[in-house]
Amino acid sequence: MADQEITLMKGNEAIAHAAIRCGCDGYFGYPITPQSEVLETLAAEKPWETTGMVVLQAESEVSSINMVYGGASTGKRVMTSSSSPGVSLMQEGISYMAGAELPALIVDVMRGGPGLGTIQPSQSDYFQACKGGGHGDYHLIVLAPASVQEMADFVDLAFTLAFRYRNPAMILADGAIGQMMEKVVLPPFKPRRTEEEIIKECPWATTGRVGGRKPNIITSLELRSEEMEVINLRIQAKYREIEEKEVRFEEFMLDDADYAIVAFGSAARIAKKSIEIARSQGIKVGLLRPITLWPFPTKEVQKLAGQVKGILSLEINAGQMVEDIRLAVEGRVPVRHFGRLGGIIPDPDEVVEALKRSF
Amino acid sequence: MARMKGATVVDTERCKGCNLCVVACPLDVLALTTKEVNRKGYNFAHEVLADTCTGCASCATVCPDGCITVYRLKTE
Amino acid sequence: MTREEIIEKGQVVYHKPTLLNDTPMHYCPGCSHGVVHKLVSEVIEEMGMTDKTIAISPVGCAVFAYKYIDVDWQEAAHGRAPALASATKRLWPDRLVFTYQGDGDLACIGTAETIHALNRAENITIIFINNAIYGMTGGQMAPTTLLGMKTATCPYGREVSLHGYPLKITEIAATLDGTCYVTRQAVHTVAAINRAKRAIRKAFEYSMQGKGSNLVEIVSTCNSGWKMSPEKANKWMEENMFEFYHLEDLKDTGADK
Repeated sequence: MADQEITLMKGNEAIAHAAIRCGCDGYFGYPITPQSEVLETLAAEKPWETTGMVVLQAESEVSSINMVYGGASTGKRVMTSSSSPGVSLMQEGISYMAGAELPALIVDVMRGGPGLGTIQPSQSDYFQACKGGGHGDYHLIVLAPASVQEMADFVDLAFTLAFRYRNPAMILADGAIGQMMEKVVLPPFKPRRTEEEIIKECPWATTGRVGGRKPNIITSLELRSEEMEVINLRIQAKYREIEEKEVRFEEFMLDDADYAIVAFGSAARIAKKSIEIARSQGIKVGLLRPITLWPFPTKEVQKLAGQVKGILSLEINAGQMVEDIRLAVEGRVPVRHFGRLGGIIPDPDEVVEALKRSF
Repeated sequence: MARMKGATVVDTERCKGCNLCVVACPLDVLALTTKEVNRKGYNFAHEVLADTCTGCASCATVCPDGCITVYRLKTE
Repeated sequence: MTREEIIEKGQVVYHKPTLLNDTPMHYCPGCSHGVVHKLVSEVIEEMGMTDKTIAISPVGCAVFAYKYIDVDWQEAAHGRAPALASATKRLWPDRLVFTYQGDGDLACIGTAETIHALNRAENITIIFINNAIYGMTGGQMAPTTLLGMKTATCPYGREVSLHGYPLKITEIAATLDGTCYVTRQAVHTVAAINRAKRAIRKAFEYSMQGKGSNLVEIVSTCNSGWKMSPEKANKWMEENMFEFYHLEDLKDTGADK
C-alpha cells in the first residue's frame, strides 16, 4: 500500500507530514531553530490545495499560540510548533487554553537554555511542560517521542487525547529527534472533519449560532470565586481521570534488572546503548521510558522501587524528571541523576560510569 | 394637518441615570427623577412633558443601555 | 390623544436591539461602550448574520461583551484578539468575524497583533474603542492619552519628555496595504451614532466580501476615568479629542476591489 511506504526524513518533517495526514485543520507558527522544518515542510507541501489545511506564518510565537487559541475555540484541529524560547513566549496562551478547556497541539522541539541559550538539543523544559509553565493550576498532556516514527505517530494521538479531554496536548521532543533523519512509515490519510461533523462533535465550539442555538462562549474568566473554584475542581477531576487512564510508557530489559534507568526522548535511546554496555560488564540494568511525561508513570516507578537497588534518572538537563521519580519512590531506594547541559548529548559510556559511581 | 405624536417607555430598572437622553431630547420631554430611585439606587429617566414628544427617538438612540422604547403615531 | 393610545396604536420606532440581551451591562452610566454594543447588535441583526457571527472580546472594560450580545464569543488574552480572529476567519471563511477592543488592548499590548492582522488583509473587522485611558484598571495612562491629559499614572498630565506622544494607530492602519476600510467615528450625538452605524455596516460587509481588513475607531468617552459627568465628557471629547483624533474616513478602497 502506498500509504505504508517507508520514507527517510527528519523528525520535524515527520510532524508536518503527519499533521497533513491526520486531518489537521490549521497550523500557525513562527520560525525558530531547531524546528523550522515543520513550517517549511508545510509551506512546501501546500496542504491548503489538497486537504484544505490552513498554514500561516505568524508575526510571533505570542500570536501563533493565540491563533491556535482562536482556531481551537471553533472546534478545529489546530496546532503550532516551536522551540524552548518560543514556547516560553507561548505560556500565556497555553494557560488560557487550559483554562478555557480547549483541545490543541503544541510541539516543543527543545533546545538548551536558559535565555537564548543554544540551538543544540536539550531536555531542560521538562518542568515547563509538565508543571504548568504558565500561570494557574493546570496540566498539559505531554508526549515524549524517542524516534522519528513516534514524531509522526504522536501527532494524531495528541489530537485524539486533546479532544477526548478538551485539554491542550504537547509533543515534547528535542533538537536531536527533530533534526535526525530516520526511516518512518507515515500514518494513512484521514480526511479533515466536515463543518457539520465539527458542529456535532464539539457542541461547545464557537462556530456561529448554527440552527439558532444559544450563544457559545469560550473564556477562562470567572470573577466570582465560588464559581471559579467549581471550575477548577472540575478541571482537577479531569486531570485525575487522565492520570488514571492515559499513562503510557515502555519497559526495556527490566525483568531481571538490579538497577533501572528512567529516561525519555533521546536520552532513552542513549540509555539503551548504555544498558547494553553495562550488561556486557555484568551489571543488570533496565530502562523505564515514560512516553507520557504528564501523566507521569508514577505507579510503574513505584513498582520499580520494590525491585531494583537504585534508579538513575538520565536527562539532558540538570535534573528535572528526577524530582517526580523521587516523589514516586518515597525514599525506598536511592535515586540519582545524570545529565549533560548546554546542548551536549551524554555519551553511553559516561552514563555507565555515572551508574557505577551512583550505586 | 398631520402631526407626529410620540411616547417613550423607559425601562427604569435598567436605567443608570446617565442623563444623556435628557440632554439629547430636543423638546425637553425627559428628565431624571429627583427623589425616586430604582433598585440600583439610580435616579431614572421619565417623561415630564409627555404631550410634546414627537417620537424622534433621539433619547433612545443615545441611551447607552438601550432602556428606551419609542412609539410614534400620526394624528390628523 | 393619550400616551397609552400612542403606545397601543402607534408604531415602534426604536427599541433595544433583540441581539442585545437583558443582562444589565456593567459599564458605568453614560459609557460609550453601550451605544457601540447596540450598533454592533443592530448591524449583525440587519445583515442576517446572527447565526454566522464569531466575535472576539478583549481584556479591558469590554471583556464581558460576551455577556450582552447574543452571538458566539471568544474571550482573548490582553491584546491578542486579532490573532484569534485571523485564525477563526481563515478556518471559517463564511463567518462574520470581528474583534472589539479598547485602546490599551489594541494600541499598546496588542500593537503587533493589530498591525499584522490588518496588514495580512485578514477579512475581519476591528472595532476600536478609543477613550484615551485604561478604564477597567481605574484610569491609567493609555497609548492614546492626549498630551497634558491627567490620568492615575500621569497625575500631572502627559508630558512628552516623560511619556512620549499619543499614538495615532488608525493613521498607521490606513497606510497598510492590507486594510480596506479605515475610519474614525464617534457616538456622542444622534447624527454621529447614525454615521458610526453605517461605518460598522460597511466594514462588516467588506469583510464578508473578502476585501481585506477593516478598522472602525470610535472616539469615546470614559466619564468615570476622566472624572466628569457623561454630558461634560461628551463636551470635553468634542473640544479636545476631535482636534487630535479627526472624525473621518481615512481610507476606503472597498469600491476599487
